[in-house]
Amino acid sequence: MARMVTTRNKVISTAAAWLVGFLIFFPILWMVLASFKTELEAFAIPPSFLFFHWTTENYVTVQERSDYFHHALNSIVIAGGSTLIAMLIAIPAAWSMAFSPTKRTKDVLLWMLSTKMMPPVGVLVPIYLIFRSVGLLDTRAGLIFILCLGNLPIVIWMLFTYFKEIPKDILEAARMDGATIGRELIYVLTPMAVPGLASTLLLNLILAWNEAFWTLNLSTLEAAPLTVFIASYSSPEGLFWAKLSAASTLAIAPILVLGWFSQRQLVRGLTFGAVK
Amino acid sequence: MKNVLCAVAGAAALLISAPSIAQTTLTVATVNNSDMIRMQGLTSEFTAKNPDITVKWVTLEENVLRQRVTTDIATKGGQFDVLTIGTYEVPIWAKKNWLVPLDKLGADYDVGDLLPKIKDAVSVDGKLYAAPFYGESSMVMYRTDLFDKAGLKMPESPTWDFVVDAAKKLTDKSAGVYGICLRGKAGWGENMAFLTAMSNSFGARWFDEKWEPQFNSPEWKKTLTTYVDLMKQAGPPGASSNGFNENLALFSAGKCAMWIDATVAASMVSNPKDSKVADKVGFALAPNTGLGKNANWLWAWSLAVPAGSKKVEAAEKFIAWATSKDYTKLVASKEGWANVPPGTRSSLYKNPDYLKVAPFAKLTLASIDAADPNKPTVKPVPYVGVQYAAIPEFQGIGTQVGQQFSAALSGSTTVDAALTAAQSVTEREMKRAGYIK
Repeated sequence: MARMVTTRNKVISTAAAWLVGFLIFFPILWMVLASFKTELEAFAIPPSFLFFHWTTENYVTVQERSDYFHHALNSIVIAGGSTLIAMLIAIPAAWSMAFSPTKRTKDVLLWMLSTKMMPPVGVLVPIYLIFRSVGLLDTRAGLIFILCLGNLPIVIWMLFTYFKEIPKDILEAARMDGATIGRELIYVLTPMAVPGLASTLLLNLILAWNEAFWTLNLSTLEAAPLTVFIASYSSPEGLFWAKLSAASTLAIAPILVLGWFSQRQLVRGLTFGAVK
Repeated sequence: MKNVLCAVAGAAALLISAPSIAQTTLTVATVNNSDMIRMQGLTSEFTAKNPDITVKWVTLEENVLRQRVTTDIATKGGQFDVLTIGTYEVPIWAKKNWLVPLDKLGADYDVGDLLPKIKDAVSVDGKLYAAPFYGESSMVMYRTDLFDKAGLKMPESPTWDFVVDAAKKLTDKSAGVYGICLRGKAGWGENMAFLTAMSNSFGARWFDEKWEPQFNSPEWKKTLTTYVDLMKQAGPPGASSNGFNENLALFSAGKCAMWIDATVAASMVSNPKDSKVADKVGFALAPNTGLGKNANWLWAWSLAVPAGSKKVEAAEKFIAWATSKDYTKLVASKEGWANVPPGTRSSLYKNPDYLKVAPFAKLTLASIDAADPNKPTVKPVPYVGVQYAAIPEFQGIGTQVGQQFSAALSGSTTVDAALTAAQSVTEREMKRAGYIK
């Protein structure tokens, strides 16, 4: 009897999990479906779910009209570059704050977070003026710089919480066994910190990939990433949902694939410390 | 590999032998409308004639473009050489010295051929600050088959009484057909474009001569009451979130008997590729109440040169090309007369080839002629603009008022409450901006 209940529970919870998963995934699925419809069908009420005239015309138009690879390359360079630099700065910062905190560590952390509380548009004009003066408008370097700055507080906070979870005693034990600082870092700390590092890296990458305020406002052509590519398909006078969906599907494809491949690390990282 | 080497060698040889032409690269900022996309596709025709100029395009969503371009122009960032802006921006930006006056468009440009109302809308003190690329007004588009079936006949210049009456008669909710589709989505360029134009025909105005807001006037009350009652009885469900595109989809799918919106929609609803009712569409002037003003607006997407550009000469060359009579002919030869950008030049409306494929041409022209940005409504006003007031504060105020009116349409507030709120919002903003005390 008990076993039957367990099985039933299992079925119910599996079904519930699938349902929740489907609901969360639905907007993306809907976008992908819309990208295969004609403009009129994409707008039709009531909408058709699967039984419509499937067409790849939107993808052809999008390919013809804009240079996807130019934008995708910019996105990769900007998101990747800003993430790597942010990690390079954040790892030592979080490390020192987690392992040798001072009286002011908490204040510093809060101050860093406070920089995220200002709406970006509030500093748009000053930043724009600075970028203009130093020639950073419409450059990848400029966007890497600003996205790196923008995400740094979150990266430091995430890493700080992960590092805090690592018990100091383990490090001490390693030291007692005669490990040098280098060995301690490579053989003891790194394996324990990897899930945290990986999920921070990936989350930061996703944040930088999706960032659509600074990338739209500070880039024109040369440095324009996929956000600009998507924005170019919205039309004030004319139907555009299907083409916009095709452009968006193309834009999220790389990051979606990356997310799928690194799912395990991501889940491990995000639940790190939850089962202690 | 061998091929690559050959190609590199060839390219190098070309580079060495080519006469050294100083290349000017123009960056053109534009919106994603079919006429602009077509222009983008024809750029090579321009560069073939002007080998020293390269043209690069930045296409953005309308509001993003507005924000992006405003930031750049205000900080003299110099990221753009040609801007696509509307008639709302031109007078404001020209007064701030943000735009270069376009007085060197060439001898054969024929400024006199531009439609006078459109030319007025992009000129300040008689000087042209932007060249109109395509112009539009608004008009009634209606289903001839449904009108015939109901035994109704649309006059060329209908009154609001007729439109309201016909809309109610033509509504068949069980068949999913609604008498009238109108904009309801909040925004200064969405529902407020329509409602401001509609209010003009009822004799209402945004401000009196002393910039005092006028939402407490009986004319505004009549406008909004007529609109809300009409939409409640004969409009589609969820109308308060419908804008141009939503109504275009509804009308094209055969769900609206009438739709009052931009004249450029005429070619979209009569295109059999996108519209199920392409052969059953009739056109009429926007409705009036007998006060001498129709409920139609005036807008032109225009090309302008920002004051920060260092490539003014090349930019003017490009603008002259893109808004010339020859460009119209070029589009016609490549894509047919039905696809030429409408609403800017008188010569187009005398062209028999165009008139043959555009049954809506006569009414488009009549609608544009009927709108006067300098005298938009019955009573005198201190502002320029038919469906907007060309002051910088209007975008913000217009959108806030639009939200009130959209709420009145959805039923979450009453007409009276919406008008009171609109009046107080506008008063507050106008006081803050220093127009009134």
